Amino acid sequence: MSMDASVKTHFTGSEAPAPTRAAVFWRPTAKTGFVSWLTTVDHKKIGFLYGVFALFFFLVGGFEALLIRIQLAVPNNDFLTAQRYNELFTMHGTTMIFLAVMPLSAAFFNYIMPLQIGARDVAFPRLNAFSLWTFVAGAIVINLGWFMPDGAPDGGWFGYAPLTSKQFSPDHSIDTWVMGLQLLGVASIAASLNFIVTIINLRAPGMTMMRLPVFTWMTLVTAFLIVLSFPAITIALVELMMDRLFGTSFFEVSNGGMPILWQHLFWIFGHPEVYILILPAMGIISEILPTFSRKPLFGYPIVVFSGATIGFLGFAVWSHHMFTTGMGTVATAAFALATMAIAVPTGVKIFNWIGTLWGGHLMMRTPMMFALGFVWMFMMGGFSGIMHSAAPADAQQQDSYFVVAHFHYVLIGGSIFALLAGIHYWFPLMFGRKVSEFWGKLSFWVIFAGFNITFFPMHFLGLNGMPRRTFTYDENLGWNAPNFIATVGAMILGLGIFVYFAVMVYTYFRGEKVKRDYWDGRTLEWSLPSPPPEYNFAVTPTVHARDAWWYEKEHKEEIAKEKAEHAKEDAAHGGIHMPFQSIYPFVTSVGILIGAIGVCAVDYGHKLPVALAGGAIMLIGIYLWAMEGNEGYHIQPNEEDLKS
Amino acid sequence: MSSHAAHAPIDHHHDHTTSTGIPNKKLLMWTFLASDCMFFGMLIATHLVYRLHPPPGAPAAQDIFSIELTSFSTFILLMSSLMMALAVNAIQKGNLKSMRWSLLTTIVFGAIFLWCQVYEFDHFVKDRNFTLTNSLFGSTFYTLTGTHGTHVAIGVLWLIMMYVRSFQPRDTAKDRTWFLRNVLHVAAVTGVVLFAMFAVLNLVHVIQAGTGLGAFFSGSIWLLVGLAVTTAASVHFAKPRGPVAFDESNAIDVESMGLYWHFVDIVWIVIFTAVYLLEYV
Repeated sequence: MSMDASVKTHFTGSEAPAPTRAAVFWRPTAKTGFVSWLTTVDHKKIGFLYGVFALFFFLVGGFEALLIRIQLAVPNNDFLTAQRYNELFTMHGTTMIFLAVMPLSAAFFNYIMPLQIGARDVAFPRLNAFSLWTFVAGAIVINLGWFMPDGAPDGGWFGYAPLTSKQFSPDHSIDTWVMGLQLLGVASIAASLNFIVTIINLRAPGMTMMRLPVFTWMTLVTAFLIVLSFPAITIALVELMMDRLFGTSFFEVSNGGMPILWQHLFWIFGHPEVYILILPAMGIISEILPTFSRKPLFGYPIVVFSGATIGFLGFAVWSHHMFTTGMGTVATAAFALATMAIAVPTGVKIFNWIGTLWGGHLMMRTPMMFALGFVWMFMMGGFSGIMHSAAPADAQQQDSYFVVAHFHYVLIGGSIFALLAGIHYWFPLMFGRKVSEFWGKLSFWVIFAGFNITFFPMHFLGLNGMPRRTFTYDENLGWNAPNFIATVGAMILGLGIFVYFAVMVYTYFRGEKVKRDYWDGRTLEWSLPSPPPEYNFAVTPTVHARDAWWYEKEHKEEIAKEKAEHAKEDAAHGGIHMPFQSIYPFVTSVGILIGAIGVCAVDYGHKLPVALAGGAIMLIGIYLWAMEGNEGYHIQPNEEDLKS
Repeated sequence: MSSHAAHAPIDHHHDHTTSTGIPNKKLLMWTFLASDCMFFGMLIATHLVYRLHPPPGAPAAQDIFSIELTSFSTFILLMSSLMMALAVNAIQKGNLKSMRWSLLTTIVFGAIFLWCQVYEFDHFVKDRNFTLTNSLFGSTFYTLTGTHGTHVAIGVLWLIMMYVRSFQPRDTAKDRTWFLRNVLHVAAVTGVVLFAMFAVLNLVHVIQAGTGLGAFFSGSIWLLVGLAVTTAASVHFAKPRGPVAFDESNAIDVESMGLYWHFVDIVWIVIFTAVYLLEYV
């Protein structure tokens, strides 16, 4: 599936042996072991690695949050210095957004989306590996500060100018933040281009756009958001880097630069980014609710169009982050109106989810618990969001803990709940084992309680005037009790997350084994054995209905006949075509990592040689990547997999 | 399989292995260019915003620009797009020789554009005291046009690599030195572009200074030697050595590269209008 008509392939089937090749084009063939992970082009392995790295950084970001909460537990606390506190809230935000939620969504895009459309891989398998390793490189660069004398970035995740200028942040910490985000942008855009082409071009026969599972649809919308919004932050960061490294004046007020430009460029990216974080979650929820309600999704086309509308409107609301900057009444009114308009498609989705539940035969399993928790908690975050959209109200709430409460309700109660639901939901498919219902539900209730105890009091803190990003407060301001409650809640939330992951790790090694289609699912990924074989589909499926696998289960004879014909076609081609593994995406990313470190973390004098060395390695990687070609080989499907 | 591909008629506008019929590589490039639109859009917006709100004492653009030179390089870049289109057309008909000449012309035209930009920057900095750091206008101008120049330079390197790739022998197993030749060939063609650029720049400076051709030869002797050596090497590596792997089925590779090249040209039309011509309205 991953080849075009024009691609030349050398088949290593039974009839044609592999041609001898120049040593420089050694193609790794290991299927297990360390090298196989570095060279893999299998979307499932890449998705798994995305997940592992994302969960690691999720725990790092959570640890940073706990330190923040300990500092704020009591007034006038000196657990952290102000400087350390600034680093922690900056890195907590940056880590959770770019290194936890986005890559965890990318893990599902990678692993699940090709299975849902009946594809054997993504359109560009090596580009996919490049995205993964460049993401890892970016994650390393952003976190370099912890290991440098300069310290971690401390300018906030939004990096407002001129705080990030050379004058106010003379050391390397902001440089590592800038370069790290640039690498993450490259990784995200490359991955998204790949997903877009995959969804548009690699659908199985009969899988029309309006039959795509909703998670795949949201993957597509999210990928477009990434592709169109990341260039804005790329340019903002380029301009900031030019200011810092080469003395330009983009945000330098004394030479005529305007710091407000940074805010515009950042939020033109930053607001679509919010939907980049929530749309995949909405996709996951739209898969889980029908499965556990034993009903098709209510109002599928409306859910899809609402998602696309949210993505579209997401580009027209960025200035609601800037209501207090004095944009003028017309601009403020227009952006307030557009922001309120986004509530409509979002509300439509909520009603459709409720419609899906209505009259369903509800199975209250762990994924369903998290999904229902999502609907409720996300709605609460949505309500406080609507309050912000009114510019006069926002002027009061701006930069207060009310805003902190709002976006944690949509990001934890929304994105994280859905991702945790997704992990539970697809775990049996990915690993062939099932998670204990008791421990799963226990972790849900502890997380649910801890989350609300932490963040609900913050609404009151904000309305009582507590500002964001303040590292301590006086005892006579009336903020003592809610802050203490929030810290206790954060500990409970941390305990819940610990239970959740301890259970996952235990299940990975010792969990009860399950057969395919554990949840009696509706979409194509459940037609596969658990875990799926490397070629995914022994026979390319033909899709006849929206819930393709459900249809197959209802029409076994028709499908069996069809599959036998397709199997014959595949056999006539010499088997299933698989792309060769490759080391060069990894080499290219290593070059990018070295080059980025040279630019951002090395002192003047050594900058150029290190940056050039990294650039040279990158060029060599790209060149050999291009020259080795996208060849592949053929394998025969397992007899067992052919039966379904 | 490559021999099979050479015999079957290829439909260059429809790929039956994809759901939409659009080749994967073409779709990838279109989507990437959508992303690149936003990329340049933000840079151009930055330039225009600061043009509307210039700080006091900002330099007057008309005193700095040499609109004749920029018009010339714009024309050359447009002509390079024409040659790029001819290259795609040639390989779609399987005419390898014609494609190579068209690619070479595209490379030369792209290089001339870059030479003009190098000359322009040098001239602005040295003669007009217009630098990256001494005005906000300089910051936006050099960042914007420099980013575009980087796009053109990447395009030229890509064109060179595609041109050289068209010499890869069909049976690489029998021809063990092809990879080394391939690397040297890329280096040689890149060398021609760079040596020629600096030689021409020197020549222009000599003509402007009026110091005579003797001064040019004595000042540029190593550039001219380098140019001669790399040109000879390029010609040597381009000699036919038997059947090559590059054929009609590679048309999609050339076409995707062409999409990138045309896009970069279109962006230049926008920049030329918004950054240069606007100053003369």
